[in-house]
Amino acid sequence: MNITKDKSPASAKSPAVDSGATKLMSVRDAIIMAMSEEMRRDENVFLMGEDVGIFGGDFGTSVGMLEEFGKERIRDTPISENAISGCAIGAAMTGLRPIVDVAFMDFIVYMMDNIVNQAAKTRYMFGGKGQVPTVFRCAAGSGVGSAAQHSQSLEAWFTHIPGIKVVAPGTPADVKGLLKTAIRDNNTVIFLEYKAQYNMRGEVPVDPEFTIPLGKADIKREGKDVTVVTYGRMLERVIQAADEVKEANGVSVEVVDLRTLMPLDKEAILTSVKKTGKVLLVNDAHKTGGFIGEVAAMIAESEAFDFLDGRILRLAGEDVPVPYNATLEAAMIPTVERIKKYILKLVDKR
Amino acid sequence: MAKTNKTKVQLDIPKEKLLHMHKLMCDIRNFDNKVNQMVKRGQVPGMTHFSVGEEAANVGAIAAISEGDLITSNHRGHGQTIAMEIDLNEMMAEIMGKATGTCKGKGGSMHIADLDKGNLGANGIVGGGMGMAIGAALTQQMKKTGKIVMCCFGDGACNEGTFHETLNMASVWKLPVIFYSINNFYGISTPISEVINIDYNYQRACAYGIPGHFIEDGNDLLAVYNKFVELVDYVREGNGPVLVEALTYRWYGHSTSDPGKYRTKKEVDEWKKKDPIVKFRNYLLENKLATEEELDEINRKSMEVVEGSVKFAMESPEPTLESAFEDIFAP
Ligand SMILES: Cc1ncc(C[n+]2csc(CCOP(=O)(O)OP(=O)(O)O)c2C)c(N)n1
Ligand SMILES: [Mg+2]
Repeated sequence: MNITKDKSPASAKSPAVDSGATKLMSVRDAIIMAMSEEMRRDENVFLMGEDVGIFGGDFGTSVGMLEEFGKERIRDTPISENAISGCAIGAAMTGLRPIVDVAFMDFIVYMMDNIVNQAAKTRYMFGGKGQVPTVFRCAAGSGVGSAAQHSQSLEAWFTHIPGIKVVAPGTPADVKGLLKTAIRDNNTVIFLEYKAQYNMRGEVPVDPEFTIPLGKADIKREGKDVTVVTYGRMLERVIQAADEVKEANGVSVEVVDLRTLMPLDKEAILTSVKKTGKVLLVNDAHKTGGFIGEVAAMIAESEAFDFLDGRILRLAGEDVPVPYNATLEAAMIPTVERIKKYILKLVDKR
Repeated sequence: MAKTNKTKVQLDIPKEKLLHMHKLMCDIRNFDNKVNQMVKRGQVPGMTHFSVGEEAANVGAIAAISEGDLITSNHRGHGQTIAMEIDLNEMMAEIMGKATGTCKGKGGSMHIADLDKGNLGANGIVGGGMGMAIGAALTQQMKKTGKIVMCCFGDGACNEGTFHETLNMASVWKLPVIFYSINNFYGISTPISEVINIDYNYQRACAYGIPGHFIEDGNDLLAVYNKFVELVDYVREGNGPVLVEALTYRWYGHSTSDPGKYRTKKEVDEWKKKDPIVKFRNYLLENKLATEEELDEINRKSMEVVEGSVKFAMESPEPTLESAFEDIFAP
């Protein structure tokens, strides 16, 4: 393995959304804006979690909200992930729309029964009655030196379970638009945020009615030579890599940003693969059993396979617990350099 | 151990209500006896758990709550579900896996819910309803509905971590929940006395700063009912949650397959002598609150309704294959 320390770009270019006025802001502020707008719009929406109130959340994602909405709706909880998740589900089943600040995604492990055995299956088991409209906001990924128990991206655990939606945006605007839609959705949504990207800035539409539908991928760069499919934290690096190989090597990369993993926009992936005939899949989660493996299988099974003129390549987090040392930590996930290398590898095969 | 002494006569409950409670106990008994019979004949496709023997513990508690109040239940949910007056035809059809069942044949005995009537469902995960119950209670508190939630579970469920977390959270938030542990002395084959180092689970209430109540004879319908009337008032007034435990006994095996090696025939027979339905019947007769004819007629009708539910279920269609792919997400 080539261990290169990656310096990620400060900000990915914002998506091609045209929703009127925008404001330059961080992912953190986009989250606060999305939740606040939804709470103003619907009195049934509330936020609960450990230290979400006066502390403003472990990652500052609810700073200032206690002052506007009060203790009832910005609800500090005991350190009881099981009770928090169960309570959210029961509240959702009876008419409220809770947002749970899970903080580090690793803590969701203590919530698994409620999410997997209860929320995901309730409507199905009850023959189509009832719904569980709740959002679990999770700070995923490595990058802040928080080591193995505070750095995981566990999205594949949830995409595996029918009945749960999984969203993983990669720009501040997408974070806002998708979080608002997730809150309005009548199902349980696992919403990934990346702790390394809370300060990432971009233009964000200020319209309180700006939303982005779940299940729609976004072509962040149009291209003709190679398709790179990614989501979440890796989008920023993929975009940078795409721009750099275009500049330096004249390779035209199409960047398919999934944004939502469940439901998955298969159409967008297959259309792009058919167009370019080459595909690289990138995510920061561990490679084995990771979500991009599912995307690879889906492509391989589809008619798009016949359009491929190279192997389907994956670039993912290494299959090791996330190490503490900053150099080691950074080397465990795809870097811009490695993404570029893989893109060029695919093109050379032509 | 449960007492067998006489319940003193109580005149404040209208006769109609007394007879209705009797009817519901008969429904549970007849329904589950019927299902048990059908299991033995191979007519039930899946797993069920019976409430026979625990009728008073279920009916007495649920008779004390009001319309609009909610319950969560567990794997042994037939008793509570019937006490919440579910449509028995649909319930039987569900247990037989039919398209007309409560859950269109996709849930079965362990997932019967009746959301319109406030029953948030049985649950296949021991302790699985506890989180849901406090969440439902939070909704009542935040929306100021004046409604309360009754969270039903077994003795064994008190050893789940969720018991600790939810009781504590409900206590600090003063949520309107009655945590109700129906102690039938076993979790499958494991005697509760071997897995806790206190006498009873209700004693744990003090750890959460909430009242703990004990119903020593959970087969005495009125003892259960009276205790719950008191608790429902307390919780509805906004005093926060309570934990209450009632002693009772399940007559049959844990579920459809249970050789029953962990308890003696003598023990089971002793408990059958403390039959909650006979006890209540005798009370009604001795105090001239009902006649034998009236009570026999109630039971006869109940058996008829259960027979009708079997007919309904038998004649109902199987679900279509397509239906397996429906109802995963809400629109
Ligand atoms: C989380 C979980 N662990 C174990 C089981 C298996 N199981 C089903 S019922 C049961 C016993 C429960 O005992 P108790 O709570 O006393 O209820 P009872 O069956 O006696 O009414 C067990 C261990 C389960 N369904 N869920
Ligand atoms: Mg038990």
